[in-house]
Amino acid sequence: MFDFSVISQWLHTLLLSFLPEWATILVESVIVALVIITLYAVFAIVLIYMERKICGFFQCRLGPNRVGKWGLLQVFADVFKMLQKEIIKMRQTDRFLHDLAPFFVVTASMVTFACLPWNKGGHMIDFNIGIFFILAVSSVSVVGILLAGWGSNSKYPIIGAMRSGAQIISYELSIGLTMLTVICLTGTMQISEIVQQQSELGWNIFRGHLPMVIAFIIYLIAGNAECNRGPFDLPEAESELTAGYHTEYSGMHFGYFYLAEYLNLFISAGIATTVFLGGWAPLHISGLDGFNGVMDAVPGIVWFLGKTFFVVFLLMWERWTLPRLRIDNILTLEWKYLMPISMLNLVLMALLVAYGLYF
Amino acid sequence: MDSFNIMFIVLAVIIASCSVLTVVSRSIMRSATYLFFTLLGTAGLYFLMGYTFLGAVQVMVYAGGIIVLYVFAILLTRGTQDKLSENTKNKIVMSALLSLVGLGIFVYIILKQNFMELLSQPGNLALTAPDESVMTMSQIGQNMLSSAEGGYILPFEAVSVLLLACIVGSLLIARKR
Repeated sequence: MFDFSVISQWLHTLLLSFLPEWATILVESVIVALVIITLYAVFAIVLIYMERKICGFFQCRLGPNRVGKWGLLQVFADVFKMLQKEIIKMRQTDRFLHDLAPFFVVTASMVTFACLPWNKGGHMIDFNIGIFFILAVSSVSVVGILLAGWGSNSKYPIIGAMRSGAQIISYELSIGLTMLTVICLTGTMQISEIVQQQSELGWNIFRGHLPMVIAFIIYLIAGNAECNRGPFDLPEAESELTAGYHTEYSGMHFGYFYLAEYLNLFISAGIATTVFLGGWAPLHISGLDGFNGVMDAVPGIVWFLGKTFFVVFLLMWERWTLPRLRIDNILTLEWKYLMPISMLNLVLMALLVAYGLYF
Repeated sequence: MDSFNIMFIVLAVIIASCSVLTVVSRSIMRSATYLFFTLLGTAGLYFLMGYTFLGAVQVMVYAGGIIVLYVFAILLTRGTQDKLSENTKNKIVMSALLSLVGLGIFVYIILKQNFMELLSQPGNLALTAPDESVMTMSQIGQNMLSSAEGGYILPFEAVSVLLLACIVGSLLIARKR
């Protein structure tokens, strides 16, 4: 398996040879930030194209097919359109908070994006509390959404923001509990260690069998709700609230919300991949050494992206199949079904770990 | 001057200026936002010292919980249209007195720690590099539930009972009659 830390170590020693330590760290931080922003933009474009095509196929349409071959240039055209648009100013609003809100949302999303393990040794933020850090940082985006609703000084955005706040805070509980279930099995919160463990012992979803599968399903439901995507897209329900909390935004400020929505989808899928499906760990079947050898030859980043886009496809499938729920249905689903189930699931996992009934 | 000191100064400036802005800001929503930046800056300080768990708790509880609660409360109570109450003479005197007492205690504690003496020794001037192994997750967990000396089982359980009482209380208030 190729270890990406060889490259980062080489870069570090190279920079240290002609720069003082603080300047090295500064240069490295700038490089990492540029890499994150570039990847962020690239994945947004891929995901928007994917969403429009998949949505089209689910609804028996063709999706975008005029700009470029198979509509491949459609998203680029959309981006250029959005960049040229005027950023409107509204009267009787708090300009400062109104303009600040999209940055909260996009920053929270970018920091969680940086926590994903791309390859062996290829992670940008890797604390000993990794998963907890992801949960903590992703909760910052709620503040951005609430500020966007309040800063717009308009009815639709404020209703959207309130719905979004209630929904995200509720579904964070399920996500936290499923993550606890995983941590119960792995015994560590550090993302690189979780993936390393899975590459040696097998993917968590196989190791933890029943409780892990339940946790995975709950995570898929709650993950879609965290991203404000259908069937939980009440905060931006276009038939009732125009566009929800970002109704009054134009140009790139709207673009940030749009970017963050798609990247949050990718991040949800990426975290599901990391904790349940083994991150960059290749698929191994014990006993079949030839097969395992072939699987090892595939680079880790291909495994990671492949699994992540598979989960993204599952989430899009969920979105375009089910109709939108009502707000009380959403809260009932979380508080009366998902949360008790995930609590019982946590107890079940603890019992399995205590009696050593996992692989 | 290494990178840790530079980051410390950046964070300190953010915390100090945002704290002042929180208090002097006219709009209650802006105050909440500045308070949010102050709390994030404090989390940054914890991360700088290597207490990653404490930093993440700070972000989770204060940024994700308390500030959202404040903003929700402001949105629900139409707090944006509320007027500040009149400053009576009695009120001004009382607040000045309280502030002075607070300042006095604060300065006394800082002076009592002999920071200047510690700083004057060579080698103590710079912040040390962050070290994640200061306090690992499992150590925190063990201490939290240990009944041995230095264990936190009693406060931990007391807080649990308190939170349970809060939940029951809120259910009682919110129940349909």
